[in-house]
Amino acid sequence: MSKNYYDAADLRKFGKITEWSEELGNKFFEYYGKVFEEGALTAREKSLIALAVAHTEQCPYCIDAYTKDGLQRGITKEEMMEAVHVGAAIKSGATLVHGVQMMNKVNKLEM
Amino acid sequence: MATKSLKARNNDLANTQRQLEILSNGIFADGELPTFGDKIKETNQFPLRPKKLEILQINVGYMCNQVCAHCHVDAGPDRKEIMTQETMHQCLEVIRKTGAHTLDLTGGAPEMNPNFRWFVEEAAKAGIKDFIVRSNLTIIRANKKYHDLPAFFKKHNIHVVSSMPHWTRGKTDKQRGDGVFDKSIQALKDLNAVGYGMEGSSLKLDLVYNPSGAFLPGDQMALEADFKKALLEDFGIHFHNLFAITNLPISRFLDYLIASDNYEDYMYALVEAYNPAAVENVMCTNTLSVSWDGWLYDCDFNQMLNLKVNSKVKHISEYNEELLQNRNIIINQHCYGCTAGAGSSCQGTVA
Repeated sequence: MSKNYYDAADLRKFGKITEWSEELGNKFFEYYGKVFEEGALTAREKSLIALAVAHTEQCPYCIDAYTKDGLQRGITKEEMMEAVHVGAAIKSGATLVHGVQMMNKVNKLEM
Repeated sequence: MATKSLKARNNDLANTQRQLEILSNGIFADGELPTFGDKIKETNQFPLRPKKLEILQINVGYMCNQVCAHCHVDAGPDRKEIMTQETMHQCLEVIRKTGAHTLDLTGGAPEMNPNFRWFVEEAAKAGIKDFIVRSNLTIIRANKKYHDLPAFFKKHNIHVVSSMPHWTRGKTDKQRGDGVFDKSIQALKDLNAVGYGMEGSSLKLDLVYNPSGAFLPGDQMALEADFKKALLEDFGIHFHNLFAITNLPISRFLDYLIASDNYEDYMYALVEAYNPAAVENVMCTNTLSVSWDGWLYDCDFNQMLNLKVNSKVKHISEYNEELLQNRNIIINQHCYGCTAGAGSSCQGTVA
């Protein structure tokens, strides 16, 4: 077993999760594949959303996978970085909007 | 970016035997990944056999004005392998009697062969249905003597197939060299000006897209739509079809994969994307490749690996289509490049 928590080569083995729970694994991958098909959103748009979420989730496997996916689709690095900023903005916005809760609490507690 | 071929740099990989060793060692030798032969055996597609011959692809020389980072030919200005007029005469004899409906001239930059125009004129007389010249575009702008190529192509009703790795300058120049993008755009405008690539025009202009790195091409139709939109909006350029071609792990691309520590991941990606339906239509089943010195190969990639056809007939001078059709196609791990996803060939996807 690897001494690191994350090993880039493990991404290739993702499909193996099915081996220990075939039904659930297959259902997941079927769902996953369906989600990324062309729909009301294009597969390209979905790829950029996935890249942004991969960053907010801080999943190194997902970042590797959707960076490569973006390159395969001809998505430019400028587009990718903008998508990452969208994720970052929501992340920081989500932190900051809790500031309102802090303000509410201060206002309630202070005389 | 290197400005010399692997050969001129005396790079280890200029030796085709060394490339074949790499492709057979490591992950393929220890069974981590199946060899291509084992893989096609799973679906009873071994040995790979030719179907009806449709395309005769002639490589008229490895000399090129560019030194693209991914080039499977290891072409460049320093390559001196150029087809002689004598070999061209032998090719013409074959062109006149072949059952193939498509003649495909490639290189290097085929236009740099001093007998290129003579050869095109003679070959055009044979009345072959689809006559392709693979032009790298920049050659048209490289020197005054090439400026009239669009008109020359038009005169002989040549089907022009040109490389264009991306619709942005940065990605294009990174793969193909500084200034390639601007020159390519100008060349495409020149081709459009004489009628090439315009909607409804019989002067066919197709583009070839190769990924500019260690990843596979995306969906050909989606890429074509993106290319068409961007090239039209940004530059007013028209073209007919886009062929998405996978980079095969040989020659300069193999060198890049190894140097950038991407080789194993790339081979995994190719094997994972293996599609038996693509095997049905790989180009070696309908194509014969002729080298600058007249040797025969199953495809341009086997040519660059010096894997001559497995037939009694090995040279254009002794060409016999019937005998050649009765051969087993030579395969190796690089073949995974043609069977990944929707497949890949000089005509784009195959499945």
